[in-house]
Amino acid sequence: MSVPRFWRELDTRYNLIGSYCKITDTYHYPRRSFNPEAGRESIGSMEDYQFKGTGTVVTPTVVHQAQTGYEMFGPYCMAIIELDEGPRITSQIVDCRPDAVKSGMRVKSVFRKLGEDSESGILHYGTKFILFGNDTDDELDEDNIDNVEL
Amino acid sequence: MSGIVSYGAYIPSHKIETGEIASVWGADGSAWAKNLNVYSKSVPGPDEDVITIAVEATRLAMKRAKLGGINIGAIYTGSESHPYAVKPTSTIVAEAIGATPNLTAADFEFACKAGTAAIQTCLGIVGNNQVENGIAIGVDTSQGAPGDALEYSASAGGGTVIIGNKNVIATINHTTSYTTDTPDFWRREGQKYPRHGGRFTGKPAFFKHVMMCGKMIMDMAGSKPEDYDYVVTHQPNGKFPIRAAKSLGFTEEQYKTGLLTPRIGNTYSGAVFLGLAAILDIAKPGDRILAVAYGSGAGSDGFDLTVTDEIAKMDRSETVEDMISRMEIINYATYAKYRGKLNMGDSK
Repeated sequence: MSVPRFWRELDTRYNLIGSYCKITDTYHYPRRSFNPEAGRESIGSMEDYQFKGTGTVVTPTVVHQAQTGYEMFGPYCMAIIELDEGPRITSQIVDCRPDAVKSGMRVKSVFRKLGEDSESGILHYGTKFILFGNDTDDELDEDNIDNVEL
Repeated sequence: MSGIVSYGAYIPSHKIETGEIASVWGADGSAWAKNLNVYSKSVPGPDEDVITIAVEATRLAMKRAKLGGINIGAIYTGSESHPYAVKPTSTIVAEAIGATPNLTAADFEFACKAGTAAIQTCLGIVGNNQVENGIAIGVDTSQGAPGDALEYSASAGGGTVIIGNKNVIATINHTTSYTTDTPDFWRREGQKYPRHGGRFTGKPAFFKHVMMCGKMIMDMAGSKPEDYDYVVTHQPNGKFPIRAAKSLGFTEEQYKTGLLTPRIGNTYSGAVFLGLAAILDIAKPGDRILAVAYGSGAGSDGFDLTVTDEIAKMDRSETVEDMISRMEIINYATYAKYRGKLNMGDSK
């Protein structure tokens, strides 16, 4: 990613800055200047909004073939997360066993390193998520091999 | 009077036990743990560094004080493991808490006491009303070379204090420093791991500076060890701070709350910040605290603090003890992977 492009999106990545549409009373992430649901009326009616950073896992997956730059995590969990304000985003869920993440679990945002251009290149920081307020052991029991119908 | 308006802390959620490290090198883990009084140390994840730790600790401090970025006029980050050699950690923290652009920012380096030097700088500019609030951060993700004694203790973590004049939870009554040119520990430009003078890091370095600074700050305050409820010093291992505190006349009851190294290792610039945070997590109005930092090279910064009634109004959840209790044990293989000790050849 080019340095100027990352720099332009700093607040979106660091602070979960998205948009609020005054016409439809809906939230959007990342930031947009136009809401397709409201059409051209929404132009000029979109406000910057900082998301609270809390949400719910919609669907997780465990990545075993790590993408470049994520080799040290492997295997790791990626998930679609529905923020409490409505938008859905894709993010890595860290600080837990990747198979511990289940649909419906609560998550909150944390500030982490997303990657780097190279050993001498710029470092990319932004938002990832961690589990919080879940009884992980109970959730894991549901997926116990004894409960799976073959 | 100027003092601490808020504070925050962050400790990574992974830890490795001393015995696990010793087993890799064929050493006696029990002996190492007992000799250093370090039984486990925190380990940052592959996506954690000084910047991410500084941001998390500072966000917690901002949340506790209910402050917005507009209230912050200065950010100084003290560390010896800044991710960039040239480009400040402090500007990234400023952006991440919404404090840009109307503030001054800089990174400090003075081995393990760079963060407390940042506190003194903030006291200066807050005291003469140049800024409303200043943020001082002490944080490190330092490493010891594989097999070196430092590998058993060098860990990761950090803390933030917000210095201001309003809604102060702990006044800083006095501060002083004791500084000399003592080459006990260093890392040359471009080198990955630091080097140290072995036993030379003890008597002429840590003990001389901490003891002198501790005596100076008590002379300045006209106080005695029994006047304090808590004491926290730099803690490169679990033994030095106990010996220093006892030599100054303090008891276990006074030093045990701020002594975290036996469980999380040496967090370098973060050590006094985390110890102080653990104390502030439970402190009551009227409690008095003595803090003495130490940085190799060498110097000590001392602080005499009194906790105010304001602390009772603060939400002090997410304590240092909460963070320590969440830490999960990893093995040496995972530790080596997380800390970049694996040679990936051309595959990366």
